[in-house]
Amino acid sequence: MRRRAWVSLLLPLVLLGAAIATFVATNPLGLIGVSPPPLEELTVERTRLDDTGIALKVRAVGSEPMHIAQVQVDGAYWRFTQTPGGPLARGESVWLELPYPWVEDELHEITVITATGVTFHHTIEVAEASPRVSARQVAGYGLLGLFVGVFPVALGMCSRPALQHAGARGFQFVLALTLGLLAFLLVDTLEEGLEIGAQAASLFQGQTLVWLAAVVAFITLVAIGRRHHRPPEGRALAWYLALGIGLHNLGEGLAIGGAFATGAAALGTFLVVGFTLHNLTEGVGIAAPLTREAVPAWAWGGLVALAGLPAVLGTWIGAYAYAPHWSALFLGLGVGAILQVLLEVAAYLQRTAAAREGRAISATSVAGFAAGVAVMYATAFLIQT
Amino acid sequence: MPATNRRRFLKNSLWGAGSLLGLPLPRALAETTPPAASVDASPTSRRMITVGEVDHQRNGFDPSAILTDWDTGQVRQLSDGRRLREYQITAVDKEIEIAPGLFFPAWTYNGRVPGPTLRATEGDRIRIHFVNAGSHTHTMHFHGIHSARMDGIPGAGEVAPGESFIYEFDAKPFGCHLYHCHSVPLKRHIHKGLYGAFIVDPDPAKHPDHAQVARSRLLGSDANARWQEFLLVMNGFDTNFDEENEIYAVNSVAHAYVNRPIRIARDRPVRLYLINVTEFDPVNSLHLHANFFDYYDQGTTLTPTLRTVDTVMQCQAQRGILEFSFADHEPGLYMFHAHQSEFVELGWMSFFEVV
Repeated sequence: MRRRAWVSLLLPLVLLGAAIATFVATNPLGLIGVSPPPLEELTVERTRLDDTGIALKVRAVGSEPMHIAQVQVDGAYWRFTQTPGGPLARGESVWLELPYPWVEDELHEITVITATGVTFHHTIEVAEASPRVSARQVAGYGLLGLFVGVFPVALGMCSRPALQHAGARGFQFVLALTLGLLAFLLVDTLEEGLEIGAQAASLFQGQTLVWLAAVVAFITLVAIGRRHHRPPEGRALAWYLALGIGLHNLGEGLAIGGAFATGAAALGTFLVVGFTLHNLTEGVGIAAPLTREAVPAWAWGGLVALAGLPAVLGTWIGAYAYAPHWSALFLGLGVGAILQVLLEVAAYLQRTAAAREGRAISATSVAGFAAGVAVMYATAFLIQT
Repeated sequence: MPATNRRRFLKNSLWGAGSLLGLPLPRALAETTPPAASVDASPTSRRMITVGEVDHQRNGFDPSAILTDWDTGQVRQLSDGRRLREYQITAVDKEIEIAPGLFFPAWTYNGRVPGPTLRATEGDRIRIHFVNAGSHTHTMHFHGIHSARMDGIPGAGEVAPGESFIYEFDAKPFGCHLYHCHSVPLKRHIHKGLYGAFIVDPDPAKHPDHAQVARSRLLGSDANARWQEFLLVMNGFDTNFDEENEIYAVNSVAHAYVNRPIRIARDRPVRLYLINVTEFDPVNSLHLHANFFDYYDQGTTLTPTLRTVDTVMQCQAQRGILEFSFADHEPGLYMFHAHQSEFVELGWMSFFEVV
């Protein structure tokens, strides 16, 4: 039996190898009789502008190794160096460095042309010097993350005493408000993830990655949360809320760091204040399940850190180490985590309503949900660029 | 970015603007006249340029050779005493390297772009044995005077793959002309590389009023030997087939005469046969640095049609003869290029090395 099991496992692999070998040896594609030029794709993953010029990190996805022949900047062939040199294997990335006198605040168009004459265009919308790895700038970006992530979550959580005095209907209202908030975050994170996923090299299937990461994260978190055969509530639910919100804030940090680094965040101070206001509601949401129990100081600190600090990490990655496929993965995980707390908060709302022999979908909860969505939508006016 | 860095960068940018056309331009050069050796033309000094070297051997033609390789054909005397020139031309598909590492699936006459430079004398009989070894139908349409049957258009001298045709006509009028494929679709057949020069030298005996000028144009004459004559075919290549050229050049290879400037002895006059075959753009042009020239539009006159100009513009298939001298100049590198900056930046940039 054991041997049969092994054979049944190995036999398909051996046959697969034989099939591939036969295909390669006989080349049945010759029967079809077409030999089109190789498919080529080039994705610009990062740009760096400094006083030596413009540098691009490009990733190639070709059906055969790709040769970068020449590079144009603003319609002019420009001297460039490729590191490492030589043809680009499928999925390989290289840096292209051009000693180009770019003009601050203006647009530059870069065209990479391969040996086959195919062109790939990349636009630098607003040329700004890239962030430097200096203590000053790293601290600056970190502070940006604190303002958009940590501070609003902490301030929002300060609302707990008020929530404790709200009574049963007030509690239902706040839970429903949290659901509204989470619904907004779900849509927002998914949109962001799909947008970034589309920028990733096709090899990584960025958008598929977002959906798959979301499903896997959702199922995993639900399983972990209910490992004791009952859904999480109280402090445990707060931790899951903080995780979901933290992953969302990581995505927000990525966007903000990237936007400042590439000069796209023209709104500056206004944008940061907007994010601070927008994210206040997140703190209220995390505090909602904590109204019925004592919470030690370390847990407060931990919840704030889990929900808020990813924004700091996000701004750093966005500014210094941006890679669309990794961002798509994290945002996909965020979508799953938000969906999980959406489910658990809804279940919690239902249980508390049932305990009081009330209805989960009541005027109060509908009003709360609508208020949550409305607050998020209205404060998002401040952060649209 | 700290302000000091920004200032330093701006300074670099201005420096960059000064050397926009490829050469560093130290302030000293603009204010005084330094020795010519201070003009640094080494490849590493240029920033706006295609990177690398084209393998002319693999291409099977060299832009530096195309400048002067006049094809006078197989010559023999006809019974009526006239001269017959016969040419063998074969259309072949061929991938050519038009900038370092950049390949274009061309259609060619005799495996080169531009095709062979056919040169004859006014009144010669011309016989072209044309074989189409390419994958599409082609023709040879000459800009000249000939019968309808010899026009090289669909329905008259169009040749299917594997077949052949003989074009025959008299070489007239004298001038700087061209030939090209006239099969449809026209744009594709021309820009893929099917074009070449057809130069008809004037017969001095037929132009007693300007016999001296006519003799200087007549290839093989003593008067012509003094002249340094070059063929320049202005062309472009749309490598991604979006009806815009990725490469502009003279004689096909971007920056060919930047990497190997055209050498000119300054004590002898210069004559350029300039032809524009550029597809997709309405005009092309040539601007000569630090000098002026006389221009003979289409080359069909023996007195200039434009005198003392430094820039000339041509629509597609327009062509002409430029005459100038560097006798009073100091030796050095003298630029010439299209005066559409777009074309300059995409490869149509060249140098004369005056010695």
